[in-house]
Amino acid sequence: MRYLPKSDAERRAILGELGFDSIDELFRSIPENCRLRRALDVPGPLSEKEIIDYFRARAAENSAGYTSFLGAGVYNHLRSVVADALLQRGEFLTSYTPYQAEISQGTLQAIFEFQTLMCQLTGQEVANASMYDGSTATAEAAMMAVRLTGRRRLVISRALHPEYRQVADTYARDLGLDVAEIGFDAKTGQTDLAAARAAVNDATAAVIVQSPNFLGALEAVPQIAEIAHGAGALLVVAIAEAVSLGAVRAPAEADIVAMEAQSLGLAPSFGGPFAGVIATREKFVRQMPGRLAGQTTDGQGRRGFVLTLATREQHIRREKATSNICTNQALCALAVTMHLSLAGKEGLREMAHQNLAKARYAVAEFEKLPGVRRAFAAPFFNEVTLEFPRSVRMINHELERERIIGPLPLGPFFPEQTKRGLLCVTEVHSRQDVDRLVAATRRALESLGVGAREAVSSPAER
Amino acid sequence: MYPANYKYSQEHEWVALEGQMATIGITDYAQHSLGDVVFVEMPKPGAKFSAGQTIGTVESVKAVSEIYSPITIEVTEVNAALANAPEKINQDPHGAAWMIKGRAPNPAEMAKLMDAKAYEAFIAEKEKEAGA
Repeated sequence: MRYLPKSDAERRAILGELGFDSIDELFRSIPENCRLRRALDVPGPLSEKEIIDYFRARAAENSAGYTSFLGAGVYNHLRSVVADALLQRGEFLTSYTPYQAEISQGTLQAIFEFQTLMCQLTGQEVANASMYDGSTATAEAAMMAVRLTGRRRLVISRALHPEYRQVADTYARDLGLDVAEIGFDAKTGQTDLAAARAAVNDATAAVIVQSPNFLGALEAVPQIAEIAHGAGALLVVAIAEAVSLGAVRAPAEADIVAMEAQSLGLAPSFGGPFAGVIATREKFVRQMPGRLAGQTTDGQGRRGFVLTLATREQHIRREKATSNICTNQALCALAVTMHLSLAGKEGLREMAHQNLAKARYAVAEFEKLPGVRRAFAAPFFNEVTLEFPRSVRMINHELERERIIGPLPLGPFFPEQTKRGLLCVTEVHSRQDVDRLVAATRRALESLGVGAREAVSSPAER
Repeated sequence: MYPANYKYSQEHEWVALEGQMATIGITDYAQHSLGDVVFVEMPKPGAKFSAGQTIGTVESVKAVSEIYSPITIEVTEVNAALANAPEKINQDPHGAAWMIKGRAPNPAEMAKLMDAKAYEAFIAEKEKEAGA
């Protein structure tokens, strides 16, 4: 196939073959009032130099030179240049999904290694070849629980990432599933166990929580598991920040883990592409969506790889497929595999401990500011909800002048969480970065009328 | 090949009826088309199905297929041995690899199914179509 525009002669030949005299005739089945009767409103062609200048100018509009403290599902972490260099090899970058699995041994082995790493990280027995991202993995985990239990009620924590929730709701709506929400404890920021106990019943397919949750709090996973399992429901644990598993116990009590692996070697970009993970117990494997690579031996006893369980995929089973996820994020999963192989067990642990230490340092420094405190008491990893004496939006406006992107205002997600923001500190932030953020916040608060005197006021007034 | 006392569906299941108790499995033709069976998913005792409803799936190395109930049935027993030895379906589809047993409250439905002779003619026609 030639990737060249068609010539007039070719157009005429194609139209002749179709039995038309003109392009207009080809489109005559489109009603008159639906046709566009003018030229498309797009800029004309540019020369090579013009196009390079254009994109350079757009790139310069990016927030280069800003220090960001945003997290909330997308995290800034160090990535090795090695992975980027390897990923751009043609064998990886342009290879298509292995429908003819056996000839793609390299791709299958990479998927197999990815699955192995994801099992080790999540404490589960099987993991699939990857999903689109953490949100679709969570929704697919919910659907998987519905298939496994034959029940149609989902009990979802309010502290699940609100965007993951939206995706789950979209899936649930047209399947007619019953979705119940459980709140979080106002003091700890953890999912309210009493509310969970009240909401879970014998119609419940799954209890869905995230840990660390959207507010930064680590959930009491064993207790929530007990509540779910006590009613015969499954526990789905979503993990948006995979680096946390370098320091936090894996949710071994979960029946299904739905994870976003972006933190492990993928750039934040504009929010994608990322790599979702579904990991579960072996006995549930046939209801797991997507594909799974397996290791085997060939006729001559040599190690080889195959696509196992592909028979339940959409391209074979059509409308009876286990799910409508019909591909995986092979290249992103490969990047994650490379990243973890380079970091190793020690590297991941070291990275996680740096996150812990730096986030704690940042909180201690923030608490020296007048009227600033941690909003919730639960243990946290690298993200924490802080309460400020002024609106986070106003503070952030001031911080922007100093080229700092401050905490994420929680108001748009949780209307009652006014003056609260979600701060994320990772290994990419130096102590100097944190000090600069805290000093800039102090100046921002002063300019908003919060002085040293206000620090004397009692916490009850806040 | 096809037992004369069984009845057969167009979806390649067989039914044996003794009094009100029915036994259901898949036919030799079905197991042969599927190839090596690696997994069987079956209903739980107590489940009720009407004719034409899906009672489970058979997974082979090539595909996953639905098993449809040829008649109305209230499941009393499932063949638990198939969970660990699905290959029995390839080895003895009309005997040891029966899938479910249960009460058939509507024996008149049996009349709509094929007898062994009609089923053999039906699959011979299928083979001819496939060969054509």
